Formats: sequence, structure tokens, C-alpha cells
Amino acid sequence: MTTDDDRPGAGPAAIVVSGLHVVRGGRDVLPDLTLSVPAGQVVGLLGPSGSGKSTLLRAVVGVQVVAGGTVTVLGQPAGSPGLRRRVGYVTQAGSVYDDLTVRDNVRYFAGLLAAGRGHRDVVAAADRVIGAVDLTDHADVLAGALSGGERSRVSLACALVGDPEVLVLDEPTVGLDPVLRRDLWALFAGLARDGRTLLVSSHVMDEATRCDRLLLLREGRLLADTTPGQLLADTGAADADQAFLRLVDGAGV
Amino acid sequence: MSPRLSALTAFRVLRQLRADHRTVALLLVVPSVLVGLLAWMYSGTTTFAVVGPALLGIFPFVVMFLVTSVATLRERTGGTLERLLTTPLAKADVMLGYALAFALVAVVQAVVTVAFAVVVCGLQVAGPVWLLVVVAVAEAVLGCALGLLASAFATSEFQAVQFMPAVVLPQVLLCGLLIPRDGLPTVLRRISDVLPLSYAVDATTALTRSASGTGDAGRDLLVILGFVVVALALGSLTLRRRTA
Repeated sequence: MTTDDDRPGAGPAAIVVSGLHVVRGGRDVLPDLTLSVPAGQVVGLLGPSGSGKSTLLRAVVGVQVVAGGTVTVLGQPAGSPGLRRRVGYVTQAGSVYDDLTVRDNVRYFAGLLAAGRGHRDVVAAADRVIGAVDLTDHADVLAGALSGGERSRVSLACALVGDPEVLVLDEPTVGLDPVLRRDLWALFAGLARDGRTLLVSSHVMDEATRCDRLLLLREGRLLADTTPGQLLADTGAADADQAFLRLVDGAGV
Repeated sequence: MSPRLSALTAFRVLRQLRADHRTVALLLVVPSVLVGLLAWMYSGTTTFAVVGPALLGIFPFVVMFLVTSVATLRERTGGTLERLLTTPLAKADVMLGYALAFALVAVVQAVVTVAFAVVVCGLQVAGPVWLLVVVAVAEAVLGCALGLLASAFATSEFQAVQFMPAVVLPQVLLCGLLIPRDGLPTVLRRISDVLPLSYAVDATTALTRSASGTGDAGRDLLVILGFVVVALALGSLTLRRRTA
């Protein structure tokens, strides 16, 4: 499915990473990374664990100490105060309060992210996103009592409730059953249609087909910046898993 | 920094606490039980009249130090702190949120403990009883502020708990509870002059000894509040938006 929208550089870039160098634990996790994420698309950040995906996402939301290079989000340096309401971040660990109910978790973040909205709006926004991640039946359950998949959806709801322009999601579909994964990817696609930009990491290659664009990362280097269709066409592979392996072999890494 | 976001965070911390009935029960009951135990141990002597007031300031300090350092460490290791710092929440809002929440808990704890000491254990208070409650609350807030600061230097719950003997016990030894501070060797007395808990014991002693001690207690309270502000400010500085 190659349309004009699939060309790199179609529309303005929401995230621009240039010469990013990150050292963690004395190791060059990202030696020199340059890439851009177009606005209004679901962009998959794929790669094996340890490839630097989480580090890149942390740099995009501005919580990573960087050794060099720049990360620009919506035209501002990553982590700028002006971005804190416009960029939503869901960590890999699903960072929510286990001793709060689903509703209280989401309402807290709704309150933090709401700019001058009244209590009623906060409550309504919280209920809406709890519904969007299909947790309405669990709204009054403590987050710590939920399954891993449910808990990560609470975390997602806490980011969605601020209605951010850019959503940075670190492995949001880990531990979810196929039905929920399909529903979440449909939710992501819907958000992108509304003009939101989503950068979603995954180590599950078959999720590649759900994305508008793909960034393939290996050992901190960009292996490919392409579309799902183009990836399969270029490598002649039958699925994304195989395509990734062929790229690795072809790169001679 | 925003009062709304600080209050929101305080409210959230209180909600978390509400889910944990056992912790709430321990916070409210244990100090009274210990005060009761002391009154019983020293029944028939005048010792309780001397150590009882001091303990009213020490218990909330120790308890809040531990509770806060573990609570904020959980926030760091659980990843929620990193997440909070990507939102409009200021670092000072995190500190103030915790301090406010535990101050409210401390008010209830202090009212319960002081009431128990005065009504059940017959502790004589020459000055105003409400001021004794205020001192106890100030001590709790101080414990909370130092706990927030200490948690920045702990990378595990084990370390956080070890800060109790490291930071709290020396203050308990030197605060005038075991022997009056005037009787300490000069060097130790000087050290006790710069330890915040000393001022709590000075304040409670002044209040219980004579009705004219109110002014002294007020001055000690100001010193304690100074320590609170400094500890919270240092605690804010130890929070880093960007980490390796």
C-alpha cells in the first residue's frame, strides 16, 4: 500500500533527531543517530531488545542525559517546558500508582495535564479515556490488582487523557492478547487520523504492518526508515521478521 | 511551581495512603502506644514528665522520615517520578505535595498522641496544649522533608531504611532526651546545636515546664521551619529531569 502519504518527508516532521549520541553505563547506546518522524502518522520503532529503542524514546521526551546531537519535537528542543502538555509518554514499565484505582490514576494525570480546565472536565476526560482503553468495568479496581496488560492500558490512559499532539509509547502492546492488540492499534490509527503523531516501539516485528512508517533500529543504528510495504518489497521477504533478518545480513553487521 | 499542582499531588498521596489501612492504623496508634508504655514504665516517678514531652516530638519525626523516604523511593524506582517530570508538574510541586500530604497526616497523628498523653497518661503541660500539637506537626513535617532528601541518596529500600540509624539516631541521642544538652561535652553540644531535633525537644520542654516558655517554643518552632524549608529546597535540587 504505497500512497503519496508514504513518502518520507510528506508533511512537516513532528520529531527531528540529529546526530544523537547517548552513552549509558559507559557504552555508546546510540552512537550517532539521525532520523525524523513525520506528523500525523503512526511510526513504529522496531528492533530487538537492547537496540536502543527505549533510550531514543527517553531522549524524545527529554528525560535522557545526552552526550551530543539534538532532538527537536514540534519545533522545540526535547524536554522544553512548552512541550510538557503537548507530548505524552508511556514508559515500558507502565508507570502508574499500584495503590490507586484506575480512575484515581487517570484523574491525577488529567489534573496535571489540564490547563485551567474545571474539575468536571477533568472527570469527564478521565472517564472518556478509561472507556477508550476498555477499562470502564475496572475503573474502581486498584491498578496493582490488574493483570500486566490491563495495567499497561491504565498507563496508556494516563498519557491519552492530556490529549497530547505527540504520543511516545514504549512497548505498549507487550503482554496483550491479539484482540486487545488489534483494538489498540486501531485506537492509534484513529489518533493519527485526527492529526496526532505516534512513535510506538515494539520488539514484535509482526506489529510492523500496523504502522504507517517504520524505523528499524539495531545496536543503536538506523537499519531502515521505510514503510511496511516498501520493506517487504525491498527485501523480498514474506514477513517483517524475515525482512529484518535479511536487512541485518545485508548490512553485514 | 503551582499551588494547584502541589495540592493535586498531596491529594493523590493521601489517596494512596487511604488504600493502605494498616499503614494508617500504625501511623495513628503506634505513637500513643509507645507514650503509654513509657508512662507505665515510669509510673510513680517524675521521669515521664521529663521524657514524655520530648518523645511527642521525636516519634512523629522518626515515623515520617521512614514513611516518606520509602514512599518517594518507590516513586523513583517505579518510574512514576520520571513520568511526572515529563508533565507540567514542577520539581518543587512534587516535594510540596508530599510535605503537605504528610503534614495533614501528622496533624491527626499529633492530635491523637498529645490527647492520649495528656488525658490518659496525665502529662502535665504548663503552656498551651495546642502549641505542643504544633511542635509535633512541625517535627513530622521535618521528618518528611529530611526523608525526601535522604531518599535521593538511596538506590534501594534497604539503603533507605539504613538512613534511619544514620540520620535519625544521632539526633535522638544528642537532642537532650537522654541527658540535657547542657550536660554534653562541648563538641557534642555544638553539634547538637545544629541538629533540628534538638529544637523540637527544647520546644516541648519549654512548653511543659512553664507557661512562660511559650516564647522560647515559638523561637524553636521557627528554627525547625527553617530546617524544613532548607531540606525541601535541597530535595528539589536532587530531583533531576534528565537521568543517565
